[in-house]
Amino acid sequence: MKKIEVVQDILEANESIARGNKQLLDQHKVFAVNIMSAPGSGKTSLILKIMAQLKGKLKTAVIEGDIASTVDAEKVQEQADAVVQINTRHMPESCALIAAMVDQALKSLPLEELDLVLIENVGNLVCPSEFALGEHMRLVISSLPEGHDKPLKYPMIFADAHAVVVNKMDLLPYVDFDLGAFRRSVEGMNPGVTIFQTSCKTDEGIEEFSSWLLQQVKAGN
Amino acid sequence: MHEYTVTENVLRIALEKAGEAEASRVTQINLVVGDLSGAVPECIQFYFDSFSKNTIAEGAVLHFDRVQAQLRCRSCSTPFQPENGIWDCPACHSQGIEVVGGRDLYIESMEIE
Repeated sequence: MKKIEVVQDILEANESIARGNKQLLDQHKVFAVNIMSAPGSGKTSLILKIMAQLKGKLKTAVIEGDIASTVDAEKVQEQADAVVQINTRHMPESCALIAAMVDQALKSLPLEELDLVLIENVGNLVCPSEFALGEHMRLVISSLPEGHDKPLKYPMIFADAHAVVVNKMDLLPYVDFDLGAFRRSVEGMNPGVTIFQTSCKTDEGIEEFSSWLLQQVKAGN
Repeated sequence: MHEYTVTENVLRIALEKAGEAEASRVTQINLVVGDLSGAVPECIQFYFDSFSKNTIAEGAVLHFDRVQAQLRCRSCSTPFQPENGIWDCPACHSQGIEVVGGRDLYIESMEIE
């Protein structure tokens, strides 16, 4: 019997593919956003709203990650300049997108014509936070019915986010969501984060968020 | 929940290292898993037993070293561990904290024959 030292990060292979994705995006001056949330927080709805706001200003593609079905891809088809659907059900990992899947998706996109790629991750607040995809921005959406304690239950995804969108603000009168407590716990663990409040129903905050995103894309590209 | 990918990588790295060392068998793999890594050891073991069949790592013991979440207060620098999902500093009750440990997910060493 012999003991050998290894000391190797288990997910280094993913990190390495993610770095390759980022290089490819940078070569083409394409800004990528990794959009993460629990199922039903409004990822697809927000993507539709953002694209409506950015129409004519940016060429945008969407990468849709889902365990099964193409319903989200069909919804965004009309608005987006290009859409790729990734169904993770038959892939080695089904609970999150991993860099290798995004690598495949990027190969089928006309990168030279694009400015922005919105990557809709699989609905999940745990696994997506462990897999870099090559994105320039990590955006987490949290909606009012989920409760203000989610940052404490799933801290890493909030601690690593560049921006957090609190969605479904129109439901504020009907749910016990303490906005102050939510903001304090997110800002506590992540002082550099920018937090937005939106409603895809009433359009509250949509313009503000979209203009901020536009600025980030222009600064990044 | 992402233990499938984690375990695939554990096996791949172990077989690569065993190959480099010209080993005929991998008997133990020592992993360091942080509480904030989101990976569940029992689940890694479950996948490993299946993936390692008919490889030189079949039957290898996975030994897990758990690393607790370590936080530090940004105001008074007190180090502490979160309890029951409470991330406030126990000394000054500030909510401004940083994660200083517990995200580990790596293979520390292995035993080969």
